[in-house]
Amino acid sequence: MAGDPEQGVQGGNDVATVPDVLTPLNISADTPALRVMGVAKTFREKDPDTGRWRPVPAVAGLDLDVPRGEILGILGPNGSGKSTLIRLVATLLLADEGRVEVFGFDVERHRMLVRRLINRVSVEASFFKKLTAAENLAYATGLYGVPNRVAQVRAREILERLGLPAKKLIVPLEQLSRGQQQKVAIARALLTSPTLMLLDEPTTGLDPKSRREVQEFVLEVRATHDATIVISTHDMDEADRICDRVAIINAGQFAAIDRSDRLKARYGGHAGTMEQVFFTLIGEQLDEADQEEGGT
Amino acid sequence: MASTDVPAARRRPLSTLERELRGVWALVRRNFHLIRRYLGWEIVFLFYNVVNTLTIGLIGLALPAGAARNREVVYLAIGALLWNFLSILFQEVSNSVQWERWEGTIEYSFMAPIHRLTYLLGVCVWAVLYGLVRTLVVLVGVALFFHVSIARADLAGAGLVLLASSVPFIGLGLVAAILPLLSTERGAQATQVIQGVLLLISGVYYPVAVLPGWISWASVLSPATYTLEYVRNAVLNGASVSAVLPISGVLLLWGLVLIPVGLGLFMLAERHALRVGALKRNG
Ligand SMILES: Nc1ncnc2c1ncn2[C@@H]1O[C@H](COP(=O)(O)OP(=O)(O)OP(=O)(O)O)[C@@H](O)[C@H]1O
Ligand SMILES: [Mg+2]
Repeated sequence: MAGDPEQGVQGGNDVATVPDVLTPLNISADTPALRVMGVAKTFREKDPDTGRWRPVPAVAGLDLDVPRGEILGILGPNGSGKSTLIRLVATLLLADEGRVEVFGFDVERHRMLVRRLINRVSVEASFFKKLTAAENLAYATGLYGVPNRVAQVRAREILERLGLPAKKLIVPLEQLSRGQQQKVAIARALLTSPTLMLLDEPTTGLDPKSRREVQEFVLEVRATHDATIVISTHDMDEADRICDRVAIINAGQFAAIDRSDRLKARYGGHAGTMEQVFFTLIGEQLDEADQEEGGT
Repeated sequence: MASTDVPAARRRPLSTLERELRGVWALVRRNFHLIRRYLGWEIVFLFYNVVNTLTIGLIGLALPAGAARNREVVYLAIGALLWNFLSILFQEVSNSVQWERWEGTIEYSFMAPIHRLTYLLGVCVWAVLYGLVRTLVVLVGVALFFHVSIARADLAGAGLVLLASSVPFIGLGLVAAILPLLSTERGAQATQVIQGVLLLISGVYYPVAVLPGWISWASVLSPATYTLEYVRNAVLNGASVSAVLPISGVLLLWGLVLIPVGLGLFMLAERHALRVGALKRNG
């Protein structure tokens, strides 16, 4: 992290200024950005047939260390617990068992502090649909104490970088396409200068060009912000391309966590693709899955 | 373990107070933006409010001309105006969570590093400002329409009671805001029911004495009962600040108990929501 010049609000082509929140907290360099220890979460759901409550296990005993500066990908079938894990880290769910630590701080006991260190992008861009992007960002960042003047300048920089023209900032958000909304959601997360970014399928539903732009941006954020990134995705190539390590989750448990080249060598079969790794680790054959297509 | 090679914090870290105040402001500004976007609705509602208040005042005009008629018109107009203000207060506070749920922003707002008290304070500050502005517009409409005299009124006394009674109403709003947190649709329904009951028992358009026995006892439980009684006393009979001081104190105290209770319950409900995953589940 050698001498990265002081960046003012108005200055520089850096995507955003980074207030240093970690230094005053005296966190040693080897503290992992994220540590998940034996975390389990089971929901309850009413059975539509019997009308009785039944348990729905979402994650069942997860252990994970994400070192600072890493981009960790999470791949897994629908309902395997990716979003649940991300919510547990994001202080939006309380774990039944186990602990989650962000830069060494327990997410339950130091909730406020952890909230200052993280932000999250969810699959669906959640906004006040009648408000403009600029107004939505003013609200979201205002809750983090970011002065609006600063937020608006940085938002324009970030969105320009993501290929969203500035004039799109001042029309009601409902008039933006899904991909454009998703870009605004990414800006919303980045504007609060999180040191741990939780991205839950940020590129789902984006066209290949937008997806590339977001991926490049994620890499850039990591490089320029000293940020750690956890990203869930259904895009095998994306995981392969941008993630330092990939975790495959199935039925609430990690089947493997490793560098993608190692995963491919070990589980990728003859083809050596991430797709093959995925099917091997979730215990299905590629051709079996082909036949099942159409099921939910 | 001082780290020497790391540059010092580049920007002055925000003080906690500054951060929390910005949070309050962010909420107020967001609501203002929403009003601006839904301006058409705003005007329609305001129009309806004004007309509704006028029609209620007109009931008084049915009496034969004289002091009694004058009094009745003012009596009814006060009821309509106060109900207007207090129900806006209650609704804005209790609907705040509901809004965020509908838009899907609730996870983002609740994940922000501000205290729940600050969030709710922002909601309340907005509710009071918004309620006052809307009620003032209706008041202007009423004043222009009815040329009734309120020469005896002690407006300072009336203002004091009104101010004091906003506090317990905010408290009630906080308690009601918990319901949408627990269950989206049921919560919104329950809020409507609570508001309806308050309208019935508080003596908005009639003295509570006319309520049937099985329900009249409940009127003592509503802060609005006292607000209405004492504001009317101040406007119609000229009750002074010193005459309404005791009841204002009681209302204030009532609010100072209700607000922490509401906040505490809200935080408990939020914890429950985080445990069962009630904030949002898809994604
Ligand atoms: N709030 C909730 N209440 C009840 N059940 C839930 C809740 N959230 C998740 N679940 C259940 O937990 C399991 C894991 O869901 P989760 O959303 O974590 O999966 P996912 O891996 O993100 O799936 P997808 O790829 O479809 O996004 C599913 O069975 C889901 O129905
Ligand atoms: Mg998901």
